[in-house]
Amino acid sequence: MHADPAGVLTGTHFLDGDHACCEGCLAAGARFASGYPITPSTEVVERFASRIPTVGGTFIQMEDELAASICLQGAVWGGAKAFTVTSGPGFSLMMEHIGYAAMTETPCVFVNVQRGGPSTGLPTLPAQADMMQARWGSHGDYGIIAICPNSPQECFDLTIKAFNLSEQYRVPVMVMMDEVVGHMTEKVVIPSADQLDVTPRKHTHKSPADYLPYQCNGDGSLVPEMAHAGEGYKFHITGLTHDERGYPNMTVKVQDQLVRRLCAKIENAKDLVAYEAENLEGADVVVVSYGITSRVAQRAIDQARAQGLKVGKLRLIIAWPFPEKVIRELAPKVKAFVVPELNLGQMVREVERAARGAAKTIHVGHAGGGVHQPEAIVKAIVEANQ
Amino acid sequence: MSTIPINPVLPFLRTDRMPTIWCPGCGIGTTVNCFARALLDSGVDLKHLAIVSGIGCTGRVAGYVKLDSFHTTHGRAIPFATGLKLANPKLNVVVYSGDGDLSAIGGNHLIHAARRNIDIKVICVNNLIYAMTGGQTAPTTPGHVITSTHPYGTFDPNFNLPHLVEAAGAVYVARWTTFHVRQIARSMAEVFKKPGFCFIEILSPCPTLYQRRNKMGDGLDTMKFYKEHSKIKNGVSTSEVGLTRNGDIIVGKFVDRDRSDYLTMAHDQFVEALGDRYVDECAAECCEEGI
Ligand SMILES: Cc1ncc(C[n+]2csc(CCOP(=O)(O)OP(=O)(O)O)c2C)c(N)n1
Ligand code: SF4
Ligand SMILES: [Mg+2]
Repeated sequence: MHADPAGVLTGTHFLDGDHACCEGCLAAGARFASGYPITPSTEVVERFASRIPTVGGTFIQMEDELAASICLQGAVWGGAKAFTVTSGPGFSLMMEHIGYAAMTETPCVFVNVQRGGPSTGLPTLPAQADMMQARWGSHGDYGIIAICPNSPQECFDLTIKAFNLSEQYRVPVMVMMDEVVGHMTEKVVIPSADQLDVTPRKHTHKSPADYLPYQCNGDGSLVPEMAHAGEGYKFHITGLTHDERGYPNMTVKVQDQLVRRLCAKIENAKDLVAYEAENLEGADVVVVSYGITSRVAQRAIDQARAQGLKVGKLRLIIAWPFPEKVIRELAPKVKAFVVPELNLGQMVREVERAARGAAKTIHVGHAGGGVHQPEAIVKAIVEANQ
Repeated sequence: MSTIPINPVLPFLRTDRMPTIWCPGCGIGTTVNCFARALLDSGVDLKHLAIVSGIGCTGRVAGYVKLDSFHTTHGRAIPFATGLKLANPKLNVVVYSGDGDLSAIGGNHLIHAARRNIDIKVICVNNLIYAMTGGQTAPTTPGHVITSTHPYGTFDPNFNLPHLVEAAGAVYVARWTTFHVRQIARSMAEVFKKPGFCFIEILSPCPTLYQRRNKMGDGLDTMKFYKEHSKIKNGVSTSEVGLTRNGDIIVGKFVDRDRSDYLTMAHDQFVEALGDRYVDECAAECCEEGI
C-alpha cells in the first residue's frame, strides 16, 4: 500500500535525525504519539506536536513514560498507528509495556535516542549501551525487532521500515538511534507518497462470529489477525497467558504454545535480515558495527585498507533479531571480527556466540560520551590481522 | 409448568468464562451485575463501549463482560484508556479497576486524567486492600486495620478518593457500597452519558482478606455494616467523606459539574491557533464503519 500523502513531506530537506525520524513516523502513517520529554529524543515529538494538527491525529504529552508507553497501545487497539520516543531513563521505565506489547501482539514503535548511562548518565551525549536492554529488558521470553539508523536519511527510511515490520509481525519495533545520529543535520530526501510502501494493519476479514483474536490462520503465518475496539468483535486482550480466544489460560501447555510462537515468529522470520556488506569476500578481518559507530568505522576501514589489509565491512541495520547465520557462515573464512560499539561489550557477545570459536572476536569498547577515534579501531584491525 | 427465568444481565457477560475467580461473598460480582444492569437500562451503544482494567481481583472484570475488553498492566488502565479514547473518540471508554491499582501504582495517572478531563468513566471497586496479592495495605486502607504488611495495624493515613479526584478536576464523583445496587446502576448509567472524567467509587467487601483478618464477619455481615453505617448525602463536600475503620460511610453523588473535556479543549485551541490549517481528524484510520 502507498503512503497517505497527508503525512509525506516530499522534497529535499536539511534535517537532524530526530526530525527526520518524526517525518518517517508521519510518512509511515503514524497519527498518534504519546511521549514524555527526555534529552536527546524530545525533538521527535516536538516536531510531531507541531505537525500533527495539520495532518490529522493526536499527540499527548503524558505524565511519565509508564503512561506514554501504554497510552500508545490503547491508541493502536483503537485503530491508529502509534509510537513513543524516549532515551535511557525513560526506556527503562517503558520496559513493562514493551513486554505487554509483545504479549498482546500490539504493533507499535518505540524510538530510543540512546545517551550515556547508567542512570541519568550523560543526558546530552551519545552511547549505544541500551542494545541488550532493547532485546531483553522486559521480563520473560519474547521476540522484538531493533533497527539501527546511522544517518538522518536512515532515521527517515528505517522509521518507516520499523512501522512496516511492526504491522507485519505484530510486534514492538525499537528504533535504536543515538545522540549523534539524532542531532546531526544532513540532507534528507523524502520521496512522494506513491513511492513509499507502507504495510497496512493485519486486520481480520472474518465476521465477529468466526473471529478468534489469537488464532493463526493455518496459512503457515505465526501472526494472528487483528480487530479494533468499536468494530463489533467484542474481543478480549490480556497480558496474562492466553488461548486463541484471548482468554486467560495459565497452563503449562498454553504457556508453551504461546511463548514459543511469540519467539518463533521473529526468530524464524526469513526477511528480518538487513545489513550492509562490503568486501566480505576474501576478507581477513571483518568490522561489525551499527549506528553512528559504523560511520567512524568506515574511516578506520579505509585507513586499514590503505595499509594493504583485507578488511570487510558488515553494518547491522536490523540488530535484533541478530543475523546469526551471516556471522556463523563468515567465521570460518576470516581471521577475526572487530566490533566497535559505544558500550563496554554488548552486540560483541552475539558476534562471539555466532562465530562459535571459528574466528577471533575483538571488541573496541567506549563508555559513551563521544564517538570512537578511528585510530582505536585501526589498531584493533591490525592486531586482529596478526 | 414453570419456566426458569433467564437472568436479564447474562447476555452482557462472557458466560463461557463462568464461574469467575471471585470468592464467595466477594462484592466485585455484585458491582458487575450492576454494570450489566446499567448497560441494559441505559440503552448505551454496546458496539462502541470498551472496558479497560488494570491488575487485581477487580482487574479481572474486563475478562467477564462481553465488550471489547482490555486487561492491561498494574496501574495503567487509565493511560491505556486515554490512548484508546483519544485515537478513536467514537468509543465510550470505561475503566474498571481496584483501589490499589487506581490510586497507588496508578495514582499519578488518576489525577492527571482528571486534570485533563479525559472523557473516560472510572469505576473503582474499593475493598480497602490489595486483595489479589493477599491483603496488603493499600493507600485506601483506614487506620488501625490489620493487613499482611501491617500486622500490628495500619498507621499511615489513607486517601479520601472522592476528595482527591474532585480536586484534580473530575466532573462527576459518586460513592456507593455494594449494598446500594440500584444506586450503583443508576450512577453508572448516568456516567455513560456524561462527557468528561467521571469517577464512581464502590465500597466492596473482601471477606477473604479484609473482613476476616479484622474479625468483621463475612460478606453478609459487611452488607449489614454498610446498611447501618451508610448515610446518603448527595452534594456534600467531598472533604467530609473520608473513611475510617468503623465510622459512618458517606455515600451519594457528590459532584456533577460541567467543564470542557480534553478533546474539546484541544479542538478549540487548534481552531484558534491554526484556523483553516487545522485538520480535525482522529488518529484511528480504521475508525470508520464497515472495516
Ligand atoms: C508492576 C506490578 N507490581 C505489582 C503487581 C502485583 N499486584 C497485582 S494486583 C496488586 C494489587 C491489586 O489491588 P487492587 O487494585 O486494590 O485490586 P483488588 O485485588 O483489591 O481488587 C498487586 C500489588 C503487579 N501485577 N504488577
Ligand atoms: S480475595 Fe477478596 S477481593 Fe479477591 S475475589 Fe476474594 S473476596 Fe473478592
Ligand atoms: Mg483492592
